[in-house]
Amino acid sequence: MSKGDLHTTPERVLETRGLTKIFGGLIAVNNFDATVKKGEIFSLIGPNGAGKTTVFNVVTGIYKPEAGQVIFGEKDITGRKPHQIVSFGIARTFQNIRLFQNMTCLENIMAGQHCRAKAGVWSSIFSFSAQKKEERRIREISESRIEQVGLERFRDELAKNIPYGSQRMLEIARALATEPMLLVLDEPSSGLNAGETEVLMGFLKELIEKEHLTILLIEHDMNVVMGISDKVAVMDEGKKIAEGNPEEIYNNPRVIEAYLGTEEEA
Amino acid sequence: MEREKTGFFGSQQSLLFAIVGIFIIYPFFVSNYYIDVAFFFGIYALLGLSLNIVLGEVGLFDLGHAGFYAIGAYTTAILNTKLGIPILVLLPVSAIAAGIFAYIVCSPIIHLRGDYLCIVTIGMGEIVRLALINNPFDLTGGPNGVYGIDFPSFGGPFVIDSSIEYYFLIWIIVVLSIIGLIRLQNSRIGRAWNCIREDEVAAGSSGIDVKSYKLLAFVIGAALAGVAGNIYASKLMAVSPESFSFWESCMLFCIVLIGGMGSIPGILIGAAFISLFPEIFRPFAMYRMLVFGLVMILMMMFRPGGVWPRKRGGPEFVSLLSRMRKKDV
Repeated sequence: MSKGDLHTTPERVLETRGLTKIFGGLIAVNNFDATVKKGEIFSLIGPNGAGKTTVFNVVTGIYKPEAGQVIFGEKDITGRKPHQIVSFGIARTFQNIRLFQNMTCLENIMAGQHCRAKAGVWSSIFSFSAQKKEERRIREISESRIEQVGLERFRDELAKNIPYGSQRMLEIARALATEPMLLVLDEPSSGLNAGETEVLMGFLKELIEKEHLTILLIEHDMNVVMGISDKVAVMDEGKKIAEGNPEEIYNNPRVIEAYLGTEEEA
Repeated sequence: MEREKTGFFGSQQSLLFAIVGIFIIYPFFVSNYYIDVAFFFGIYALLGLSLNIVLGEVGLFDLGHAGFYAIGAYTTAILNTKLGIPILVLLPVSAIAAGIFAYIVCSPIIHLRGDYLCIVTIGMGEIVRLALINNPFDLTGGPNGVYGIDFPSFGGPFVIDSSIEYYFLIWIIVVLSIIGLIRLQNSRIGRAWNCIREDEVAAGSSGIDVKSYKLLAFVIGAALAGVAGNIYASKLMAVSPESFSFWESCMLFCIVLIGGMGSIPGILIGAAFISLFPEIFRPFAMYRMLVFGLVMILMMMFRPGGVWPRKRGGPEFVSLLSRMRKKDV
């Protein structure tokens, strides 16, 4: 599934330069710089309201930044529409799961393949052979993704009817079906129990190894952050206050003060 | 393909054949009056199917659909009476005209959500009607409309001029539309529409171009309504603005709600209800609307998903309404 060759792809996958997002009088993200390198798990942590999700929403095109740039690979994707950004190769999940509730699990994943297909109205109505072939491919890829996250037993179940933990995995599978280079996960472990979180961590590590993905993560669970991150950035009140490997962050006094010390999340 | 899952063919195949059989022999056993009733059933079925693309598949509240219907009917009426172009040649022309009109009018409003879009479409439908009444460029004949529209033909000796021929014309078009729409439902386009209906933000973040697909739904829906307008105009041989009132849009909305949003068999049932209901209750004409209102209220209470809801999970109208308000990130 890996897109692009290791040798030809530059080291840097995603870079934000001076990213600023303002809501009314509130500076949600203030001059945020970060560089995500290929093949790493980059975690973004910080107290509630620090602006982590806003950074994600700017990167994935849901918000337009007031200032700054988002560079993906060699391309400036600042202010592009969400569907364009997906087609460039950034897929995301949401903090509060956003599935297509009244569609089956398989159809949810097939939606992710949408941007990799191109059948138009006429070829769909007249069911040309290219369209049939494409449909078959969409179905095959989606089937393999649903197996990958272990949800094949829910294949034809409506998304709203499956357990919460499975819905999380389904959302990740939908993101993977877009064939991304960078996976952006907003609190993937929230609402999961210890066992499910363990499975999720293993799954993410496997993605990095087998599919050469890069993962950008917002996480509150310190075990996950310390367990799988290659790099951690800490945000507070819209600013990045620290960045480094998990041990450095763990011992950084500013981080402890801003995050771990005052607003312990468990 | 796994078409059975969305439930129109497959297990119900024998039922389908029976219904098609009845439709084919029906007009040979009844008077012209009842053939005409079935013809108007067909017109409403086509209009219901066209609105269903916008309302049922994408979940966009469109209460101005009669406007597109009017554009199709008047395109046919004007080009036929002024330039003498044969009706069947105008069939695709009307569809394209209505589609282009939808594209132009809906482009600037397509980002509106839920009830806001609904109100703008009401305005759009009313503006079309008022424009027709005001007789722009002396083309639409004002409140009297356009008279003397031909019977459908290609200009040659073959002319559709009896009730039974009209009946087959409309139902062949309905059947072809249904086949096309089922294929669309099962394609990436139909899935993209449903994804937008379910969650616009998630659809965008899954790589679906929300704006273009909404516009596409409006354009295809309008084009089908334009086709219905073409046949309607030639059947009545005259068109006038009061045929395309806000009430007409409401009736189409009811067809989709009664039948079940996104469900093609449901639309046919809804169209049957709307077009046959006035005939059945003709003796009680005074109370017709009363009963109609009562039926709508009972529907919303006891079968909010419609008479024949779509298997893949057509949403309930009520839940769609409530979801409209929390669609932001």
